[in-house]
Amino acid sequence: MSLPASTGIGFKPEHFDALIAWPDKPGFIEVHAENYMGAGGAPHRMLERLRADMALSIHGVGLSIGGPGRLDGDHLARLRALCDRYQPDSFSEHLAWSSHGGDFLNDLLPVPYTPETLATVCAHIDEVQDRLGRRLLLENPSTYVLFEQSCIPEVDFLREIVARTGCGLLLDVNNVFVTCTNHRTDPRAYLAGFPLAAVGEIHLGGHAEESLPSGPLLIDAHGTPVADPVWTLYAEVLALAGPMPSLIEWDNDVPDLPVLLAEAGRAQGLINKVVRHALAS
Amino acid sequence: MRLHPETTAAFRRGLFDGVLPPGVTAGDPSEAGTRFAVYRNNVLHSLTEALRTRFPTVETLVGPEFFAAMARVFIENNPPKTPLLHDYGAGFPGFLRRFPPLRHLPYLPDVARIERLRGLAYHAADAAPLPPERLALALTGSRGVALHPSVHLLNVSSPAVSIWRAHHGGPQGPFTQRPEQALIARDSDLRVIVVPLEPSSLAFCEALQDGRAFVAALAAARLGTPGFEPAPTLALLLSSGLIVERTAP
Repeated sequence: MSLPASTGIGFKPEHFDALIAWPDKPGFIEVHAENYMGAGGAPHRMLERLRADMALSIHGVGLSIGGPGRLDGDHLARLRALCDRYQPDSFSEHLAWSSHGGDFLNDLLPVPYTPETLATVCAHIDEVQDRLGRRLLLENPSTYVLFEQSCIPEVDFLREIVARTGCGLLLDVNNVFVTCTNHRTDPRAYLAGFPLAAVGEIHLGGHAEESLPSGPLLIDAHGTPVADPVWTLYAEVLALAGPMPSLIEWDNDVPDLPVLLAEAGRAQGLINKVVRHALAS
Repeated sequence: MRLHPETTAAFRRGLFDGVLPPGVTAGDPSEAGTRFAVYRNNVLHSLTEALRTRFPTVETLVGPEFFAAMARVFIENNPPKTPLLHDYGAGFPGFLRRFPPLRHLPYLPDVARIERLRGLAYHAADAAPLPPERLALALTGSRGVALHPSVHLLNVSSPAVSIWRAHHGGPQGPFTQRPEQALIARDSDLRVIVVPLEPSSLAFCEALQDGRAFVAALAAARLGTPGFEPAPTLALLLSSGLIVERTAP
């Protein structure tokens, strides 16, 4: 069970008719799990139709894996039902927290990297993989702040999670660029330490830029095309790791389908180049 | 060392009260506050957008700035309880009713109710319409029929139905200050409909929804309106696929 090593797009309901009619379908689509947790109606009708034609990635944004305390059992049950119904080729979630004390905050909030949080996150991933009966891909975050108590580099934290839980990783190349730029570190050094063998999917998305006295502050906004430095890093990852399922995320100011597919086409071009290179050597 | 429950609790408080949580820092620690504000902004902005999406006519009626300001008060006092944002805002109509700056717009909470019910109808469970050959039997029998799970029957004391419809292609007023009734449901093409009903028609639909037999529903409607004729209401329910198999005994 895995996604095809080609390109996909984040599915938006406004693209449904155009996507169904599009002759050259993307390799896969990705949907946010929480948008398909209503009882019935149009969302399920569309997803059923698309599922029949395309590989599917279900991407959770609300499980709060990086939070303290217990995971929300009701939400796990909903995720289980969704995965049972649609049999996705991949299920992924975030290294982040989004709920606290029964309140859902609807943002991917940052986790300090300590032995304590490592144990918590691993216990949560064990529980998710156990309840869903499938392997989880965990996504590296975009972050804007640091924690004084953090004592484990993010890449080491992720590598240790993979070693302890057997989960895979979703490598968001834009998040790598955003986080490293924001903390004035080198994205190439980050990627050099990233356990690429565990990666089951890549995300590419656009970011917004603000400025601080110390330099740029990038925001993971998913409202613009993928930035050039992110394309460069992506090409470097492909050169190291080979073709990978790669998704274009565009969640705000969503463009028409052809624009989104053109971004996916650009990623596909880079994948094809790696394939040709491998065949030639 | 600061433990994770303590860290997240302070972070959570800071998202709404703006106090920089202890331990949150940056390469240049003097920037920590500006950076933390990104999370504050994301939370507030994304939840405001969630309400905007669900209550677009309310936003039109009060204007985007006022909407954002009152959404902020609502969000801070009523954050979502689950990650299912399509269900966020159950308390929004009640909040509007109690919000002092809105006292001069008594119909606004009712407009919000319409939009809340439209959201529920959009996501309600699926149910197949009763096949035509079974319909006659179902209507003449004592067992009753069922209405589609997306059907909501609304009775409001303001002209909110007319006001809502005026913003969605309906007549532009004037609006008479009187109670209004409507059926809100998802039709067979998965479109959500808001149809004004007469009080007798509402009583008829309510009785059908309660699982009462057709004759009993007719009697209920004729209690208030002796001349009630069910044909137009039945035609509406049938053409929209809203009469479904009754599953419960």
